[in-house]
Amino acid sequence: MATLRSWREIPHGGVAFRLSTDVKTGDWRALRPVIDQSKCTKCMICWLFCPDMSIIWDGEKVFVNYDYCKGCGICAHECPVKAITMVPEVGE
Amino acid sequence: MVVKTIPEIPVKKGEPPYKLWMFEPGEKKEFPLVFNLRQLAEQRRPALIPGHRLCAGCAAPIVVKLASFAFRGPTVVVNATGCLEVSTTIYPYTSWAVPWIHNAFENAAATGSGIEAAIKALKKTGRLKYEHVDVVVFAGDGGTYDIGIQALSGMAERGHDVLYILYDNEAYMNTGIQRSGGTPKFAWTTTSPVGSVLPGKGEHKKPIADIMVAHRIPYVATATPAHWMDLIKKVRKGIEVNGPAFIHALSSCNRGWRHEEGISIEILRRAVDTCYFPLWEWTPETGYLLTDRSLVIARNPSLKQPIDKFLEVQGRFRHLLRPENKELLKQLQDYVDAVWEDLLKRASNAPR
Repeated sequence: MATLRSWREIPHGGVAFRLSTDVKTGDWRALRPVIDQSKCTKCMICWLFCPDMSIIWDGEKVFVNYDYCKGCGICAHECPVKAITMVPEVGE
Repeated sequence: MVVKTIPEIPVKKGEPPYKLWMFEPGEKKEFPLVFNLRQLAEQRRPALIPGHRLCAGCAAPIVVKLASFAFRGPTVVVNATGCLEVSTTIYPYTSWAVPWIHNAFENAAATGSGIEAAIKALKKTGRLKYEHVDVVVFAGDGGTYDIGIQALSGMAERGHDVLYILYDNEAYMNTGIQRSGGTPKFAWTTTSPVGSVLPGKGEHKKPIADIMVAHRIPYVATATPAHWMDLIKKVRKGIEVNGPAFIHALSSCNRGWRHEEGISIEILRRAVDTCYFPLWEWTPETGYLLTDRSLVIARNPSLKQPIDKFLEVQGRFRHLLRPENKELLKQLQDYVDAVWEDLLKRASNAPR
């Protein structure tokens, strides 16, 4: 039997409490960006424009976190030295 | 069948509720603006974390990411309903590394106003540890042009210290590409279809930034994520200013604009190059000031490109490039030119 609760007892609204890093959006990908490290000048333009925050700079080189990359190709299009190529995902 | 129960909120006493914050709780220093990208990557975290469910190639997370590099300290983000809200916070997951609130579609600005008033009250009674807590509103064009304009206008009139960032993808993309007040003339949407009767939407885009200029609030600007340095500078100016600020950021939508995913940034660059979306800022003291690429175009008009350059890559304007629709294309070009000439007359740093 439900009883009326005062405004002090009802929840404050929906609280999203888990990090979305649990959701691997990488499986949406049809094209995979591959960075040619010999061409890369580490200008970080790809890191800046990546909508999925999946380009990582570890202090020495730039690499792609394929767990979250959706394969949109913005990095490949914006790369000033064309060091990133979009390769079709094949197999599993 | 295994019934999954909702896990308990992992908050233990004395521990921060989340593992990932843009600003660690209790941090009090003011963050400087960094424009060296490698330093930026090492020193700053964006407000969004990976795993959000926005489409591949969407420019809205880029707007949020770039804006968050301009945050100066603890910031509360308010979201209006829209693509950004529904796909970054699918229950129980959140992609935000900052305190975040969503209330309803129409009242993002009013919610922001309330938070700002609460912060002011807490400060007055000495209950707030921080020197300043900024409030930033992210809203789409539906939540700003059509549904949220009364709340926005009220916020501007009451003078709350809130930065309102509009990411404008020019239709209700979240619900399936319906026309909004921000849709440009002759654009295809599902409620303004192109055929033998209609050539797309029949009305021009509402000049929302000029409406905000008419409120004479301390700071109004337009920006695109393609001109990232300009966007970061403008967001910081909007946050630092004491009073309401408004930034109109164009944001491409590959589903609604019907273009390839990879050219999202290129298309925004073309929007500025064709003067379809001029970059400017306005303050009551200086008036209109052209910035970045638009200032370059004003000084050297030969760099201005015809509107075709912007339209040719988009499927929603495909019908304008047909030979029988030349008249419509000229009409749109004349309108864009008229708006640009008008802006040149008003801008105090444009060459005469």
